[in-house]
Amino acid sequence: MKELSLNILDILENSIHAGATNIVLSIEEDTKEKDRLFFSIQDNGKGMDSDFLKTVFDPFTTTSTTKKVGLGLPLLKAEAEMAGGGASITSEVGKGTFVSFWFQHSHWDRPPMGDIAGTVLLLFMVHSTVDFFYTHRVNEYSFSVSTKQLKEVFDDVPLHHPSAVKGIQEYLTTSIQKLHGGKNGQD
Amino acid sequence: MAKISSLEELRKIRNDAKESMKTRSGNAKVRVFASMGTVGIAGGAREALKAMIDELEKRNFHDVEIVEGGSMGLDKEEPIIRIERDGFETTYGKVTPDMARQIVAQHIINGQMISEWVIARNEK
Repeated sequence: MKELSLNILDILENSIHAGATNIVLSIEEDTKEKDRLFFSIQDNGKGMDSDFLKTVFDPFTTTSTTKKVGLGLPLLKAEAEMAGGGASITSEVGKGTFVSFWFQHSHWDRPPMGDIAGTVLLLFMVHSTVDFFYTHRVNEYSFSVSTKQLKEVFDDVPLHHPSAVKGIQEYLTTSIQKLHGGKNGQD
Repeated sequence: MAKISSLEELRKIRNDAKESMKTRSGNAKVRVFASMGTVGIAGGAREALKAMIDELEKRNFHDVEIVEGGSMGLDKEEPIIRIERDGFETTYGKVTPDMARQIVAQHIINGQMISEWVIARNEK
């Protein structure tokens, strides 16, 4: 994956396939003191038992029945470690999963965040039955929005209505740009 | 479009959208299934979908529903987009943002499939 936002989309899709109805995506960027980019995804999906959990960072672990390898998490972990960071995952059967990754923000090898607005938008649009909460902090600025809030605003207009999607996209792009001090949030 | 920086401004969009929905009844005429597995995502499904939405908005066509289609196991053809219209399911492979725009204009809106890009088609 070229951008972290695509990895994030991939993990979010995994959460949905695990039956999650509630997902929290949290991104924290500290470019000053800690020089760290951290993100986590918490879901209430079916979770994993401790034996399976031990193997999730192994590329030959997958629940897919059509292929024998699952490279999503192991590759992202390798990228995090190359960029002075790491990864962690905790999970409980029947409760859900919490996965997090962190990177040295200024590290040469850290992949760019990319179009995080696009990732979040797709979640709201394609999976409007899932309660999704997105929160993003860059130094002292923060922004958050949830499916619940948007549904309240749009009322009986579905979130996948093209005008709604376009509006949400504008809202996300503008808000994320503001986090970066008005600069383009695409890195 | 003007910059939208608050939920209040989004509410205005909602009211306009509501107006446009009054003319429509029943289920959406067209359904779009996007394959959003790891391979689809890495292959550019997000960009293709975004282009599609943009085009739908530009052409003011709202009688469409976009849902997740799951992976078809045809990784070589990702990103895959399936269109359900007029009782047929048509599957397009290796959809780029430009192709997505054309699919909106020709197939979704006007019902003319673009045969050269179709990888599967069957009656529903």
